[in-house]
Amino acid sequence: MNWTNLFRISLKAIANNKTRAFLTMLGIIIGVAAVITMIAIGQGAKQSIQKEISSMGSNIIMIHPGGDRRGGVRLSADEMQTLKTEDYEALRNECIYLTALSPNVSASGQLVSGNNNYPASVNGVGTEYLDIRQLNIEDGEMFTEHDVRTSAKVCVIGKTIVDNLFPDGRDPIGETIRINQVPLRVIGILESKGYNSMGMDQDEIVLAPYTTVMKRLLAVTYLQGIFASAISEDMTSYATDEIEDILRRQHRLKEDEADDFMIRSQQELSEMMDTTTNILTTLLACIAGISLLVGGIGIMNIMYVSVTERTKEIGLRMSVGARGVDILMQFLIEAILISITGGIIGIIIGGTICACINWLANWPVAIQTWSVVLSFAVCTVTGVFFGWYPAKKAAALDPIDALRYE
Amino acid sequence: MKKVIELQNIRRDFIVGDETVHALRGVSFDIHEGEFVTIMGASGSGKSTMLNILGCLDTPTSGEYLLDGIPVKSMSKSQRAVLRNRKIGFVFQNYNLLPKSTAIENVELPLMYNDEVGSSERRSRAVEALKAVGLGDRLNHKSNQMSGGQMQRVAIARALVNNPAVILADEATGNLDTRTSFEILVLLQRLHAEGRTIIFVTHNPDIASYSSRNIRLRDGHIIEDKVNTDILSAEKTLAALPASEDD
Ligand SMILES: Nc1ncnc2c1ncn2[C@@H]1O[C@H](COP(=O)(O)OP(=O)(O)O)[C@@H](O)[C@H]1O
Ligand SMILES: [Mg+2]
Repeated sequence: MNWTNLFRISLKAIANNKTRAFLTMLGIIIGVAAVITMIAIGQGAKQSIQKEISSMGSNIIMIHPGGDRRGGVRLSADEMQTLKTEDYEALRNECIYLTALSPNVSASGQLVSGNNNYPASVNGVGTEYLDIRQLNIEDGEMFTEHDVRTSAKVCVIGKTIVDNLFPDGRDPIGETIRINQVPLRVIGILESKGYNSMGMDQDEIVLAPYTTVMKRLLAVTYLQGIFASAISEDMTSYATDEIEDILRRQHRLKEDEADDFMIRSQQELSEMMDTTTNILTTLLACIAGISLLVGGIGIMNIMYVSVTERTKEIGLRMSVGARGVDILMQFLIEAILISITGGIIGIIIGGTICACINWLANWPVAIQTWSVVLSFAVCTVTGVFFGWYPAKKAAALDPIDALRYE
Repeated sequence: MKKVIELQNIRRDFIVGDETVHALRGVSFDIHEGEFVTIMGASGSGKSTMLNILGCLDTPTSGEYLLDGIPVKSMSKSQRAVLRNRKIGFVFQNYNLLPKSTAIENVELPLMYNDEVGSSERRSRAVEALKAVGLGDRLNHKSNQMSGGQMQRVAIARALVNNPAVILADEATGNLDTRTSFEILVLLQRLHAEGRTIIFVTHNPDIASYSSRNIRLRDGHIIEDKVNTDILSAEKTLAALPASEDD
């Protein structure tokens, strides 16, 4: 078989049937572009949410008092008080999968500075809290271990607190603010983090040594929680196992007793968010799948009808000596050329639409290789199959029957 | 002289619904190299059916057909396609040219399916064939820009280009006016004079006297087969025709 001639014949046939080629390509272009765009939007949303979650500290582990229970059952006073400073110290001394660890107690009240006041809560934390939450000091400094040991009356505040307590633009560093009559000296200001994806103001924050909050503000001996950072995301599950072992030992729990504390990792949170975004992606993928199907049916129709229309041409070619395989190859090459060209144009258009959406609407998009490959493959295979199948039937006819075909 | 065609008791039945149409009821004859045969008969007598079998476009229900000594019946579809490509030039009543294609593209078509002919040879042979039918100056005219006579010339050039053992023409002048018909006849007579074998199907009995042998069909039988010794010259007849208005 002479491939050069077959290619020449196919190209000529495509050129002679431009409308048909265009319509077939259109089906493929729409299918491919729709799939690429929809999946890119879904995955873009997913990735941006994930990014936000990990910006909270992707290795973060949160320990809370009380067993793992569901529904609106209130914890009893006993259960609320199972986490102690000793637990924190034991974790601090023994854990090898953690890089940072901080107790957490918070007291809410009215912050007062001069004539200004603002309702907020003071977070009692350790010095490593900044690493865990990925916070940075913009001005001044963080309190020290020494401040923690001496329950120093100092605090570090966020932008929102600064704006509300010091609206006149005065430098807050060195100023004293009061909460529940306790004066705290401002020694540092945190870098702004803005709002998170749940719409919470992350700058409405006051950090003080946990000892200060426990002794001077709350007068309690238990912790409300312990925050930790695993050495890496992969190590999170080792770290939670390790924490569980240590805390069970600390609390002298027997084999058959349930945990009296809860460990939650950022991983779990992001898995939860993944479920939500996956629903979105699935929805978009369904829409894309429908476009692909519609495109496919279009391709099918045009290919099928055109081969039927061209049965006379097939008969004529056979009458001058084209064999069945020659006819089949011609139609196959036509279908492949049309489908692949359409597929490539579809990819280009899909990519362009994604870029436009990202640029104009500022939506996050993430083009997925698999969606490009899949949609391209589906459309090309449909195009090629429905170009090939009716051609095969036509090529099996006697030339005279094909010529007579109406 | 060498036998180009041998037909032995050819039958062709068509099943239409639950009826069987016997288009050919046992036809036998030989055709030798260099003959110009006209096959005549009323409409429906089986002329086209026979020519399609001769052209390997259709297969007989029974009987044997040897083309250039090769038995066609036992051949596969592909082998018959190659046979059509190398040994047969077929001219249809309705031309059957590729639409939207130029004269040269149409004439090149049979050679496109012949691996032994390269692209430069293909081109030169197509040009030669078009020159032979008097269309040397219309190589790049599209088929829809040509008159019926010109289209039929292109079809004849296409039938010539593969240098076939036999040229088959089914009512090749059926769609043409008298003058153009004679122009085509002149062309066929010239090809005959060059030694080509031609089988020409027509229902017009006047044309018989321009060929070397006449076969007459009726209801799928041969009712007459005679050699014509007194061949008229189509060229002379054409010259005697009154000039047509539009020329
Ligand atoms: N494909 C076919 N199916 C059914 N009957 C056919 C077919 N082709 C030809 N015939 C029948 O065979 C007979 C001969 O037809 P044909 O060879 O076309 O005659 P001619 O060319 O002499 O006018 C006619 O009766 C015609 O109806
Ligand atoms: Mg006929």
